[in-house]
Amino acid sequence: MATHRRIDVSKVGDVTVVKFLDKKILDETGIQELGAELFALVEHDNRKSIVLNFSNVEFLSSAALGKLITLDRKAKTAKGRLKMSNIRPEILEVFQITKLNKVFDIRGEEAEAISAF
Amino acid sequence: MDAQQSTGCWQRELDLPSERGASRLVMDDLLGQLGAHGWSEAEIFGVHLAAEEAITNAIVHGNKLHPAKRVHVACEVSPARVWIEIRDQGDGFDPAAVPDCTADDRLEVPSGRGVMLMKSFMTRIEYNAKGNEVVLEKRRVTEP
Repeated sequence: MATHRRIDVSKVGDVTVVKFLDKKILDETGIQELGAELFALVEHDNRKSIVLNFSNVEFLSSAALGKLITLDRKAKTAKGRLKMSNIRPEILEVFQITKLNKVFDIRGEEAEAISAF
Repeated sequence: MDAQQSTGCWQRELDLPSERGASRLVMDDLLGQLGAHGWSEAEIFGVHLAAEEAITNAIVHGNKLHPAKRVHVACEVSPARVWIEIRDQGDGFDPAAVPDCTADDRLEVPSGRGVMLMKSFMTRIEYNAKGNEVVLEKRRVTEP
């Protein structure tokens, strides 16, 4: 089992639920680590159904958005599906401004995201 | 330099090293001052994001993390307005040449969203002709 420094990973049935441990995702080193841990879920652990729960996240930079886009692409390439939940309004606004709400499958609460698979 | 003028306006001017994460040398004070001047959490979020993107651009793309180069930051906070000037020692760039990250064929490109986010969250952003200095300004919407 991989050691995670940036995320908490749990299973609900067949769905992998990922919670971010950092409140602010902006430090470049942290973003690189975060990306590596997220990508490993798809590329090494072969997780097919993933929910990213943003309940802890108060801030993220555009570099963090880049990692989420790459994760989404990797999941789609691996025939997996990625959903996001518990996103606070300010961050949702960032997704709307950048139109990433058209790319990502964004749900309200974690339970809603899990049941949407 | 740190000054609290009699008008209630907070000012700060400093040079940051071209290192990743150096923005925190000014950001904690800037965000704290916005809170102290009555700015809401949502407004502070927007200013934080814009300033973070601009400083990161200056350090990484402008100065290319060169240890001898500095990023000059000047800022001013009042209850009605925040003004931030960020200047790097790089060659500059043409902000008009940055492609639209919301175009359908660029939606899934992982980078290139910083300038759009700055524009969205601030009232005004203005680059100098060389493209190595940007001014970010946000004016609060006053109550009727």
